[in-house]
Amino acid sequence: MKPKIQDIKSQRIQHVEMRDIVKRFPGVLANSKVSFDVRAGEIHALLGENGAGKSTLMRQLYGLYQPDEGEIVIDGKPYVFRSPADAIRAGIGMIHQHFMLVPTLTVTQNVALGLRSSREPLLDLDKVTRRIQGLSEAYGLKVDPHAFVWQLSVGEQQRVEIMKALYRGASLIILDEPTAVLTPQEVKDLFATLRRMVQEGHSLVFISHKLHEVMDISDRVTVLRDGKVIGTRPTHKVTRGELVKMMVGRELKEPEPRSLKPGPAALKIEGLKTVGDRGTEALHGIYLEIHSGEILGLAGVSGNGQRELAECLAGMRKATAGRIAIGESDITTFTLNQRIDSGMAYIPEERMRDGAIREFSVEENIYLHDHSFAPYTHGIFLDFSQMASHAIDLVNEYALKTPSLDTPLKNLSGGNIQKLIMARELSRHPKALIAAQPTRGVDIGATEYIHQRLLAQREAGTAILLISEDLDEIRTLSDRIAIIYEGRIVGVVQRGQATIEQIGLMMAGVSMKEAMHG
Amino acid sequence: MQIKKAANKPLSLRRPAFDWSNVVLHFLLPLAGVLAALLIGAVMLIILKADPIAAYAAMVNGAVGSVSGITQSLVKATPLLLVGLGICIAFRANVINIGGEGQIILGALAATWFPLTFNTWPGWLLIPSTLIVGFVAGAIWGFVPGILKARLQVNEILSTIMMNSIAQQLMNLLLRGPLMDPSGIAAGTYLAQSARLPVQVWLPRLVPQTLLHAGAILAVVLAVLVYFFLWRTTIGYRIRAVGLNPDASRYSGINVPFYQALSMTLAGGFAGLAGAIEVIGVQHRLLEGVTSGYGFTGIVAALLGSLHPLGLIPASILFGGLLVGAAQMQRAVQVPSSLIDAILGLVVLFVSGSALWSRRWAARRNMGTEEEEKS
Repeated sequence: MKPKIQDIKSQRIQHVEMRDIVKRFPGVLANSKVSFDVRAGEIHALLGENGAGKSTLMRQLYGLYQPDEGEIVIDGKPYVFRSPADAIRAGIGMIHQHFMLVPTLTVTQNVALGLRSSREPLLDLDKVTRRIQGLSEAYGLKVDPHAFVWQLSVGEQQRVEIMKALYRGASLIILDEPTAVLTPQEVKDLFATLRRMVQEGHSLVFISHKLHEVMDISDRVTVLRDGKVIGTRPTHKVTRGELVKMMVGRELKEPEPRSLKPGPAALKIEGLKTVGDRGTEALHGIYLEIHSGEILGLAGVSGNGQRELAECLAGMRKATAGRIAIGESDITTFTLNQRIDSGMAYIPEERMRDGAIREFSVEENIYLHDHSFAPYTHGIFLDFSQMASHAIDLVNEYALKTPSLDTPLKNLSGGNIQKLIMARELSRHPKALIAAQPTRGVDIGATEYIHQRLLAQREAGTAILLISEDLDEIRTLSDRIAIIYEGRIVGVVQRGQATIEQIGLMMAGVSMKEAMHG
Repeated sequence: MQIKKAANKPLSLRRPAFDWSNVVLHFLLPLAGVLAALLIGAVMLIILKADPIAAYAAMVNGAVGSVSGITQSLVKATPLLLVGLGICIAFRANVINIGGEGQIILGALAATWFPLTFNTWPGWLLIPSTLIVGFVAGAIWGFVPGILKARLQVNEILSTIMMNSIAQQLMNLLLRGPLMDPSGIAAGTYLAQSARLPVQVWLPRLVPQTLLHAGAILAVVLAVLVYFFLWRTTIGYRIRAVGLNPDASRYSGINVPFYQALSMTLAGGFAGLAGAIEVIGVQHRLLEGVTSGYGFTGIVAALLGSLHPLGLIPASILFGGLLVGAAQMQRAVQVPSSLIDAILGLVVLFVSGSALWSRRWAARRNMGTEEEEKS
């Protein structure tokens, strides 16, 4: 006999508290005295920018990391989770962004995986199937127990993950950015399921950086920034604008006015569309024009198409429609080399993946592109003396802190690596520069320096697209600010024309007209 | 805008101060692996009631105790060095070439067919052209899995192993058909071997009365050239860049698939050259067992040499010595030959294990600069 859902409702976790959690990683304070609690029957959203410490906090609740300080208390009793197995036993489940399913097995087999069978050592998959069907009915969670996982859509696979958690008796379920991979319809279905689960007495933690979803689904919302709790609010008593302010925060000073002397349009983007990693359209027709000697800041909550736009411009991602031009030449179909030759430079967001080679020396990283050209090469032979003198010039000019030119790049600090990438890209005197998150994870000194460099490059007449999640950075450096939301530019404002609240509203998807006058 | 200039502190131009930990990492640790393997081998010898000290004495004596031992070790080291050079190039591009065996066979087949066909050519012309033909044949055998990986993302480990089987069967077919020694057919023995090659294509002997041939010198010269190729040319630079970080390489305009395919082609070429040199330097005809497992042992030699062309020279000599010495040991203490295979297998296991270990150790030393991956 399967137990009625009502019967086990009372056994559900009533209250989970995380008290004063501190978690350090080498060089990073990921959580600093974070307190957070969830009650039965509520959806508590955890909101914050990438790197704010949301996932780290929840991984500690799920036993993947152990807190350095602080405690986890469930219904008044303290718990220590050494592994996810401990957390699962206490009734906690987690749905990861990347699913942990075996594609070649069926749904039933995936659910049964790692569980003790009732007829050990023999399998009893029929019983598992029946229980899946029971849970499926009770929660309105449509899954076919006999389907193979490789046949399922992303949304269906997510339902299997939820099923796995429910099957294991999870009473509190953590959802790590569950909507990042879903289509709008799938999001709707997911939300219906989540509401059903809450009615049944489950507690849910919803990790997200998408404001409208948080407003839509959650009962309470806690905002994290730089590893600290900025505040916890009942969702119905807070506005999108307030949340944005909490997320990006800081006391923002008004940018100083400055003289604009925009030159001719240097980088033109017309109707640009592209497809994201999941195969869905990430940019729905971007129009932007950046003049030489101008910094255009691109503001937006992360995951709204910024990364795809940068990769498209740099040539790392194919455009599916639209055109890109530098000056008068159309570079839409250009290869990477042709783009670089036409004057494009790129400071990639993932600097260790796309921008540099860890094991190569400082010098080898400096001529990553230039090594193919005179004066650094004679035929197929590299000219080391030319390269070394160029590299020494750059190291000195950019105040790169390195023991020698032969030091492997991985021994340098993040700020110095970023300076090296900048030195390499700017030494080509580009016409257009894409700077994606140029100061993320970089210390204050290097940040200051990188800002100076960007401004100097602006003076030198380069058209700069500055992509950043740091609104402060955008506001102090940019001549104009464009706001991107779900793959579209929702507005472009002049320097100093819009307040932080107005920009924040547009980042949350409010139209420019409404944000500026409403 | 005024940008603050850094104080012009002297910046050393070339190599940093000699780092002793590299010696430990790349030389002592693998050597310790060899010793550990021999130690376990000693236990196996004791179980078989053979005296391990006598056995290893016979091994050392056989490998380096006489002129003939030393020259034989060098003869074995030559193909290992050549195959290993190819492995270095492929591994530097992060392409795993397990196809050495097949590539050796192709090189050997080509180097048998070519001088038998053009047997009137003089030696000064026939030797280099035979070597080139052998190189090209091996290169073709490496190019196929290379291009499959570059274009269709076919796993090169699987495809090179399959290419080995194809090459093996191709050799079986040819040695029992068109390439079979006509004198064997006439005598009715039907041995699966080719005719003897014309004398002018035989590589000159370096030491009279021994098998040591000029191919050994060629191999060392090539090792130096490969070193210059990998570290001093644009192509070598790109191969290394592709192997270390394909994403950054792609962004800087390097054609990643092209260099993957190229590195595999070159690896095949060097293995083919090893096969050709075996044929015209040692056997002077094609025999079925021409590869002697060099295609696999060469990988281990390359790992022992830290995938460095110059490190490969001592590493392949060590392995050549092990092969010769092990044969002597078998004769001296009368143990089954499969025990010799087991001991050599242990060496392979421990050396590749120590390579993994040293890599992890190096990674841990650099942990301090790691950033957190994700929040």
